[in-house]
Amino acid sequence: MTPYRSKQPVGRDGFAHLLRAEFTKFRTVRAWMIALSATAVVFVLLAFLSVSFSRTNQPPVPNGPGGEAVSDSYMFVHQALVSNGTLTARVTSLSGTYTLPSPTSGNGFSQSSKSQQSPQLQPGMAPWAKAGIILEPITNQGTAYAAAIVTGSHGVRMQYNYTHDRPGLAGAVGPSSPRWLRLTRVGDVITTYDSVDGVHWTEIGSASLGSLPHTVQIGLFATSPLYYPPGASGPVGTPSVATAHFDRVSTRGDLPYRSWTGDAITDVNSVPSASTWQQPSADSFTIKGSGDIAPLVGGEGVATHWSGASIVNGTIVALLIVIVLAALFVTSEYRRGLIRTTLVASPRRGRVLAAKAVVAGSMAFAAGAVATAIAEVITRHVFAANGNYLFPQSGAALARVIIGTGLFLGLAAALVVALGTMARRSAGAVVAGLVLLVLPGILGSAGSEPWLMRYSPTAAFAIQATLPRFDQVTNAYTPANGYFPISPWAGLAVLAAYTAVAMGAATWLLRRRDV
Amino acid sequence: MRDAFHAEWTKLRTLASTYWLLSGTVILTVGVSTAVAATTHNTSGSGQDLTKLSLTGVYVGQTLIAVLAVLAISEEFGTGMICATLTAIPRHLVLLSAKATNVACLAFVSGLVAIAGCLVAGRTVLPNDGLNPAHGYALVSIAHGPTLRAAAGSVIYLVLIALLSLGVATAIRDTAVSIGAMLGLLYLPQLVAQVVNEPLRRHIQQIAPMTAGLVIQSTTNLRSLPIAPWAGLGVLAAWAVTSLLIGGLLLRLRDA
Repeated sequence: MTPYRSKQPVGRDGFAHLLRAEFTKFRTVRAWMIALSATAVVFVLLAFLSVSFSRTNQPPVPNGPGGEAVSDSYMFVHQALVSNGTLTARVTSLSGTYTLPSPTSGNGFSQSSKSQQSPQLQPGMAPWAKAGIILEPITNQGTAYAAAIVTGSHGVRMQYNYTHDRPGLAGAVGPSSPRWLRLTRVGDVITTYDSVDGVHWTEIGSASLGSLPHTVQIGLFATSPLYYPPGASGPVGTPSVATAHFDRVSTRGDLPYRSWTGDAITDVNSVPSASTWQQPSADSFTIKGSGDIAPLVGGEGVATHWSGASIVNGTIVALLIVIVLAALFVTSEYRRGLIRTTLVASPRRGRVLAAKAVVAGSMAFAAGAVATAIAEVITRHVFAANGNYLFPQSGAALARVIIGTGLFLGLAAALVVALGTMARRSAGAVVAGLVLLVLPGILGSAGSEPWLMRYSPTAAFAIQATLPRFDQVTNAYTPANGYFPISPWAGLAVLAAYTAVAMGAATWLLRRRDV
Repeated sequence: MRDAFHAEWTKLRTLASTYWLLSGTVILTVGVSTAVAATTHNTSGSGQDLTKLSLTGVYVGQTLIAVLAVLAISEEFGTGMICATLTAIPRHLVLLSAKATNVACLAFVSGLVAIAGCLVAGRTVLPNDGLNPAHGYALVSIAHGPTLRAAAGSVIYLVLIALLSLGVATAIRDTAVSIGAMLGLLYLPQLVAQVVNEPLRRHIQQIAPMTAGLVIQSTTNLRSLPIAPWAGLGVLAAWAVTSLLIGGLLLRLRDA
């Protein structure tokens, strides 16, 4: 006997139909559609507000040979070198002092307060204070260069063209442990050597600087970047000064002028009037310099404002609205009793939840991506027009920010849909969403608790990071300056993991419960 | 009025969420204060405000008090019970006063416990990291005048936040939107203040409810505050009174 098969057609329970049903539920509530558009509008408005107040009058930032923005300020004591040659020097001490932060509040540094008072100097050496031998074609800021240096706490190194850095002898420099440095030019290739006794030399590295002119400048220099007191948190870097003693300076090659010239190259990160040099005897020098020869990173000196902070602020406000909207989308079914109809019409509960999450997530994604695209265009324009330094952004990074912010909002909406299904009360869903998605970001933006923005769903803010980061530059790498403690896509993956876990738990609960 | 107070008290005390939210406030406030106190180091050269540090938990714990006050009225609208309530208590303003009194008492009690816990945490945890009398920092003590002011002010702050939330929820009548609006009202002005420049930033900090209210917690460096401590609490009180007035007006004018 064949089993009974109903002649009724199969019910319209496919996933596409579920999606359409959930989308109809969303779009027919006028208040929710208005709130969704308001999300995008408020996002752009807050982003615009965030940049329209950061007005600065900074001089143009020099670019290095690779096109990157650089800081290039130091005390340079040099001579012209024709064709090939060598400069050898012994560094017998490197010490540093730094200025105390100025009492004015606000963002970063104010140039005016620095020039009004003579800086009081405290003893303390910046880890990346540098002194040594440098060779460059001209003394303009942003020129190609190669240098053999001793540093504050990273030993002897070779650095060239701002972004390249090679280690040499380790250990601090002092009267009992001097360091010998040697820089040799052969054509376009610069080779550097170090030694502890002046007899046995080790090569640190060599580099080709492109096409060097026949006559270049070679000499000694000292410089010291922004100093961050140990144990302090937050961006409190202040200009500092390094003092270096050189002796046993000798040259080989054609140096026609035979006397040394001193050039103080300064920028906003230097202590004014601190760059000096003396030549106590024919082959010994004392040089004091301030500033840095390094690629520019966000949060200091010229680049105290980060244009991406406006996108972060806009995202926070948009998140607030998206959390409330997603919570309402789910819990109002429970409130009105519509959930019973929904679950009778579509008994496969996992798919119902998935459809809700997809609909809420896609609407949030669309609003977020559109808002970010508009906000990026507006804020970058206004930011640059206000005189701030705008880091160049590749098209790929821009696309990542736009798509990533949309995904952030979409995943957040899906997470709150899951929380709402678990809690069934809107208050619980909203509070849980805010505690997970907004609170850790607010608490962790100062940078003192990196684990907050690494292991909570707010790690997804990292998708909006666009600034370059270099190990050879000390900085307050905090979220407020645009640096997050996790890489972009990894941060988004953390949020995705939270969403997946929440969806799994919500599906399990939904299947177990009556309603 | 007394019957209305009793009715509202019965409604609040028979709900499990009331106790969860009250105990959650205490635990969250004391927990965050302890965590902040444990991770604060003695950075040389900066005179830290130990009382303000130990009362940091209020910044986070206030959200649960706000949620409690919102739920006290918006759940009635959500479940439709407001019809029965207004039938039993036809004078809408009496109803609102009874709810306000109840919510204020609950906030006061949980605030007392939470602030006491914060001060104990500050007194025991802070000295471990160099913030002790040996380094020139006095122990957190309620007998110290400014500390007493900060503690009492924080309790009053929590009561005012509860009243502000009640007024906002009476006007908005929906739970999720009221919570979102309340938390936005509390935390967003600070976000906006960070991006604007100095004269405007100070003004925003003077008139925004949370930033003005929390200056009561400062005991040192009073000259750098945007507004005087008690004046700040007065600003928050003005916010609470205004929101209750608007809520009461809307409650009277609307059907339910």
